[in-house]
Amino acid sequence: MYGFEAMTFNIHGGYLEAIVRGYRSGLLTAADYNNLCQCETLDDIKMHLSATEYGPYLQNEPSPLHTTTIVEKCTLKLVDEYKHMLTQATEPLSTFLEYITYGHMIDNVVLIVTGTLHERDVQELLEKCHPLGMFDSIATLAVAQNMRELYRLVLVDTPLAPYFSECITSEDLDDMNIEIMRNTLYKAYLEDFYRFCQKLGGATAEIMSDLLAFEADRRAVNITINSIGTELTREDRRKLYSNFGLLYPYGHEELAICEDIDQVRGAMEKYPPYQSIFSKLSYGESQMLDKAFYEEEVKRLCLSFEQQFHYAVFFAYMRLREQEIRNLMWISECVAQNQKSRVHDSVVFIF
Amino acid sequence: MVASSSSWARALLQISPYTFSAIGISISIGVSVLGAAWGIYITGSSLIGAAIKAPRITSKNLISVIFCEAVAIYGVIVAIILQTKLDSVPQTKIYDPESLRAGYAIFASGIIVGFANLVCGLCVGIIGSSCALSDAQNSTLFVKILVIEIFGSALGLFGVIVGIIMSAHATWPMK
Repeated sequence: MYGFEAMTFNIHGGYLEAIVRGYRSGLLTAADYNNLCQCETLDDIKMHLSATEYGPYLQNEPSPLHTTTIVEKCTLKLVDEYKHMLTQATEPLSTFLEYITYGHMIDNVVLIVTGTLHERDVQELLEKCHPLGMFDSIATLAVAQNMRELYRLVLVDTPLAPYFSECITSEDLDDMNIEIMRNTLYKAYLEDFYRFCQKLGGATAEIMSDLLAFEADRRAVNITINSIGTELTREDRRKLYSNFGLLYPYGHEELAICEDIDQVRGAMEKYPPYQSIFSKLSYGESQMLDKAFYEEEVKRLCLSFEQQFHYAVFFAYMRLREQEIRNLMWISECVAQNQKSRVHDSVVFIF
Repeated sequence: MVASSSSWARALLQISPYTFSAIGISISIGVSVLGAAWGIYITGSSLIGAAIKAPRITSKNLISVIFCEAVAIYGVIVAIILQTKLDSVPQTKIYDPESLRAGYAIFASGIIVGFANLVCGLCVGIIGSSCALSDAQNSTLFVKILVIEIFGSALGLFGVIVGIIMSAHATWPMK
C-alpha cells in the first residue's frame, strides 16, 4: 500500500537501505572533479583518487598507469559493493538487485559475439566484459554460429532466456543482426523489469516507473538517431521501442518515421520533460545530446534518494556509480592524451 | 435497556466487569510493548546500517531508541496503576451499575493507553530511522529531527494522561 511502507520495510530492507545510503555519501563531489580535472598526469589522478574512497583499490598499482587500469579498479569497487549488498539481501530485494545487472549481461553477450565475428581471441574478450554481467557459461558464446545455437547452447540457462523468444531466427550472426538482437533483448529486459517493479507496488513501483520510462524513452531516441540512414526499415525500428514510457504509443509512431535529427527534435519537443533537453542543443547538432540525457538521468536518480523505504535507491546508486566511472574514464583519457580543454565536454557532476 | 432474553445488550451486560478490567489491563501493557518494539526495530535496523559508514552517530541516535522504550514504560506504569484499582466486590453487587462502570472505565483506560502508545512507538521509530540516516550524511540535522521526535513522543503521554484520568473514577461499590 503506497504510503505505509515505513511500517514494514525495515524488517528486510532497513539495514541494506542504510548501507546503500552510506555508499552514496562516498560518491565524488564537484570539488573532487575540479581537482581531478586539473591533474597533469595519470599519477596525479591516482594521488587524488587515493584520498577518496577509491584509495585502497588504486594504491597497489605500479607506476606507469593506464586509463583502463583506473577504470578497471573503480569498477571492481562497484562490484565489491554490489556483491556485499546482494549477499545480505532477501527476496524480493535480491531479485531486484539481480535485475539491475541483466543490462550488463546483455552487453557482455553482444561483446563476445561481435568479437568472435571479427576473429578476436576469446580470452581477450572476456577480460573486456563488465564484471557485473558475468555468468558461468559465458565463454561458450564464442562457439555459437547462429542465434538458435546461441540460445540452445548458452543462454537457455541464464536469466536472459525469457528475453530471447522474440529474437530466435535461424539467420547467421552479422553486425546488423547483432545490433537488432541487442536492442530486442534490452527491450524485453526493460519491459520485464517494469512489470516486476509494478508487482512490487508502493513507492518502489512509482519511482522505478519514472526511472525506467526515462530509460526506455532515451533508448528510443538513440535507436532512432542511430538508425537514420541505415537499412533498418520503419517497421523494424518500431518493433525495437519498448511498450511503456512517456513516448508510448504516439511518440513512437512519430519517431518511427523520422529521417533526420530535426524531425526527431520536432517529435520530442511535444513532451515537456524532453523539450528542456532538446532546447539545450542548437539546430542540427547531436553530440551534446548524450551529455544532456546523462544530466537529466543523474538529476532523476538523485531525486530518488529523497524518499525513504523503497528499492529504487539501489538502482539509483548503481547508475550513479556507473556515471562516475564514465566521468573518471573521460577525465583520464583527456589527461592521458593531453586534451584537457575538452574535459568538461562530457563530465556530468553528480553533486 | 435490558431487553428481551437474547439480545446483544443483555449479553454485554452479563459479562463480568472483572473480565473487562482484565482485558483492559492486558491491552494496556501488551499493545504498548508492541508499539515500542515496532519502533525500536525500525530505528535499530537503519541505525546499524548507517553506523557502518559513520560510526559517530551511534551514541547520539540511541536517544531515538530510548524514546521508543519510554512508550513501553508508560504501558507498564498504567497497567500497574490499573491493577491497583481492582477491588473485590460481593457476589450480589457484581452487576450493579457502579460495578459495571468501574469495569468499563478500566477497560477503556487500558485501550486508550495501549493504542496511543502503539501509534506513538511507530511514529517515533520511523522518525528515528530517518534521523539516523540524515545524521550520517549531515550532522547538523540531528537536533532538528530530534525536535520532531519529541513532538511524536508527546502522543504517548497524552494517552497516559487521559487513561489515568479515566481510571481515577473507577470506584467499585462499597461492601
